[in-house]
Amino acid sequence: MIRLVGILIGLGFTFVVLLAFVTGAYTAATEEVAETAEHAFHEESHGPEAGYSFDGPFGTWNLAQLQRGYQVYKEVCSACHSLNYVAIRDLAQLGYSEAQVKAEAATWQVPGVNPDTGESEMRQALPTDYFPSPYPNAVAAAAANNNAIPPDLSLMAKARHHGSDYIYSLLTGYQEPPARLLEEFPDAAPGPGLYYNPYFANLNLAMAPPITSDGQVTYADGTDATISQMSADVAAFLTWTAEPTLIKRKQTGWPVLGFLLFATILAWFAKKQIWADAKPRRKD
Amino acid sequence: MSFPWAKEYTPQTGLTKFLDEKLPLPRLVYNAVGAGYPVPRNLSYFWNFGVLAGFFLVLQIVTGVVLAMHYAANTQVAFASVEHLMRDVNWGWLMRYTHANGASFFFVVIYIHIFRGLFYASYKPPREMIWLIGVVIFLLMMATAFMGYVLPWGQMSFWGAQVITGLFEAIPLVGPPLKTWLLGGFAPDNAALNRFFSLHYLLPFVIAGCVILHIWALHIPGSSNPTGVEVKDQSDTLPFHPYYTAKDGFGLGVALLVFMTFVFFLPNMLGHPDNYIEANPLSTPAHIVPEWYFYPFYAILRAFTFDFILPAKLWGVLAMFSAILVWFFLPWLDKGPVRSGHYRPLFRKFFWFGLIPVMAVLFYCGGAPAEEPYVMISQIATAYYFLHFLVILPIISSIERPDPLPFSITEAVLGSDKKAVLGENAEPVAT
Repeated sequence: MIRLVGILIGLGFTFVVLLAFVTGAYTAATEEVAETAEHAFHEESHGPEAGYSFDGPFGTWNLAQLQRGYQVYKEVCSACHSLNYVAIRDLAQLGYSEAQVKAEAATWQVPGVNPDTGESEMRQALPTDYFPSPYPNAVAAAAANNNAIPPDLSLMAKARHHGSDYIYSLLTGYQEPPARLLEEFPDAAPGPGLYYNPYFANLNLAMAPPITSDGQVTYADGTDATISQMSADVAAFLTWTAEPTLIKRKQTGWPVLGFLLFATILAWFAKKQIWADAKPRRKD
Repeated sequence: MSFPWAKEYTPQTGLTKFLDEKLPLPRLVYNAVGAGYPVPRNLSYFWNFGVLAGFFLVLQIVTGVVLAMHYAANTQVAFASVEHLMRDVNWGWLMRYTHANGASFFFVVIYIHIFRGLFYASYKPPREMIWLIGVVIFLLMMATAFMGYVLPWGQMSFWGAQVITGLFEAIPLVGPPLKTWLLGGFAPDNAALNRFFSLHYLLPFVIAGCVILHIWALHIPGSSNPTGVEVKDQSDTLPFHPYYTAKDGFGLGVALLVFMTFVFFLPNMLGHPDNYIEANPLSTPAHIVPEWYFYPFYAILRAFTFDFILPAKLWGVLAMFSAILVWFFLPWLDKGPVRSGHYRPLFRKFFWFGLIPVMAVLFYCGGAPAEEPYVMISQIATAYYFLHFLVILPIISSIERPDPLPFSITEAVLGSDKKAVLGENAEPVAT
C-alpha cells in the first residue's frame, strides 16, 4: 500500500516538474535571451602584477605597504568612507610605536561631549577611539553623494569575491565607456553622476575616480606614488582592516596541521598494530 | 541488548565498584562504545562517519557556547558584536571560523553517513528506527544551521531568513499569518533574531538527545556491515574497543586535517561574501542563496515554475519538504530481501549512475543563479530524484535478482567459514 501511494506521489511530482520543464524549454527555444551589458562588459578582478605579500599559505604582512595604505585611506578615502570596526589603537599592529599611535590619534577629530556644559562638540581622538565616520548619519552621507551612501570600508576586502584584487581592479579600472558599449547598449551608458568601470557589478558606479594622478599622495617613506602603487597599497591596507588576524591565522595553521599529521600517522600505526591479529588477508 | 558473547564489564577498583553499584555509568559507556559492544569485523571506512558526526556535534556545541558569551542577539549590535569577537576577543576568530566551518563539515560527514546508509540499505529491518531517528536528526540539523546563519545579521542572513520564512506564505489560508507568527513581525527583525538565537541554542541539545536515541536504537540489532549479512557468531565480530576506537581515531585524524586546512587557510570559502555586509532591508543582494548544504533542496524548490492546479511556489515547497520526508518511508519502499548494494546489481547501477550524479547536479544547480539552463537541468534532476525513491526503488526491489551472498561475515573476510552450511544464503532469504 505504501509503495503504491509512493509510486503515485512520485509520478505526480515528476509530472508537475516535467510540465514546468516543457514550458521552460519551450520558452527557452522560442524566446531569445537578450544579452546584457553586464554580461558582455564586466571583467574579472585581478591584483597588482607583483601580487601581495599576504597571498598564499605562507604570506606575511608588508608593514611598510600597510602604513602607506593607511596614508592613502586617511588622505583620500576617509573623506567619504568610514572604517567603523577599526580602532585607532589597532594601528600599533602596523608597526607604529605607542607614541606614534597617540600622535596619529590626535590628528583625528571625533564627536565628544564638552565636560563642562554637556553639549556635543568635536574633540581630539584617543587611541581607544574608533575611526570617525565622515558623515554624522546615513542621510547626510546620501545627501552629500548624489543619493549613494559610501559604504563602510572595514570589511570590504571580505565582502566582495577576491576582495583585495577587486579593490585594486576597481581603483585602477576607471575608463571611458567603450564605443561598442554605447552603440549596442545605449541604456548602459553612465548617467549623470555615474562613472564607467568594468570591474563594478553593473558597470556604472557613483564613486568618482578617487585616485586620479601619480603623486596624489606624498608617501612618508619616499615610495613612488603611482596610481597602481597607491591602489595596491590601499587594497593591502583594507585587507588588513577586514581581517587583522589573517597572518596570525595562517601562521597558527601550520603547527596545527603539523601536529595533526603527526598524530594521524601515529593513529595509523596504532590501528595497524591493533588490527594485526584480527584481519588475516583475504584468501581469494 | 547486544550479543551473548559481549564482554561483561567488571569493575576493578574501589571507585568503579562503588560507581557500578550506585550509578553504572562506566558500564553504560563500556557497553555503548567500549569492549562490551561487539561490532561486525568487516566495517569499511564508510562506517567512521557516525563517530565523526558525533565529534562535530560536540565541537559545534563547545565552540557555540563560547561564541554565545560574546554575541549579542539584537539587530542594532549583532553584526558589530561578531566583528568585536573576530578582532578583540582572544582567539575569537578561531572559535568563529571553527564554528562556521564546523557546520559545513558536520553536513559533509552527515551526507556521507546518509548516503552510506542508502547504498547499504541500512534502513531495512531490523534497523528502521535508527534510520527514522537519523532523518529527524537531519531535519533538526537543517533548522539549527539555518537559524545559526541568521545570527551574524549580514545581508545573506537577513535575505535568507526572508526567503525561507517566505516559503510558509505558500501554504493556503494559514500561510501569511503563520509566517508573521513565526517571525514575530512582517519581516525578519529583532523579534525574529532573538527567537532564532534562543532556538539555535536549544536545538543542538535536542539533537544530542536524538543522537542518544539513535545510538540506543543501534545497539539493539547492532551495527550493519558492508555485506548486509547479519552477525551469526562471535567470529563475525570484534569488540568496539580497541578495534574500532583505533580505526575511528585514525579516521578522525584525517577528517581533522582536512577540516583544519579549511579553518586556517580557507575559512570563508564555504561562506558568502555578502554576509560581511550588515543586513539592510532596503537593499536586496543580486543572488540570494542559502548555505551550500541546502543547495539540493533549494534546487528542488526552484525547479517548480509552472502553476498546475496549485501555484508553482506551493509545488516547490511541497516538493522540497517531500524530498526529505520520502526518506522516512524508505524501509517500506525498498522491500528487497538483500541489503548491501554490493549484491544488488540493478540497485547498484541506479545508485551510482542515477542518484549520485543527480545529487551532484542538484548541488550545483542550487547554488547557480535562477536562470537557464540551470532551471531546466534541475527540473530533470528533480524528476529523477522523486522517480528514484518513489518509483524505481520499489520496482527494482521486487524484480531484482540479487547476487549470492557470502555465508557469513567471517567468510566474507577470511574466505571461508568452518560453520558454513552449503547453500545457505545462496538464495536471498524471503522476508
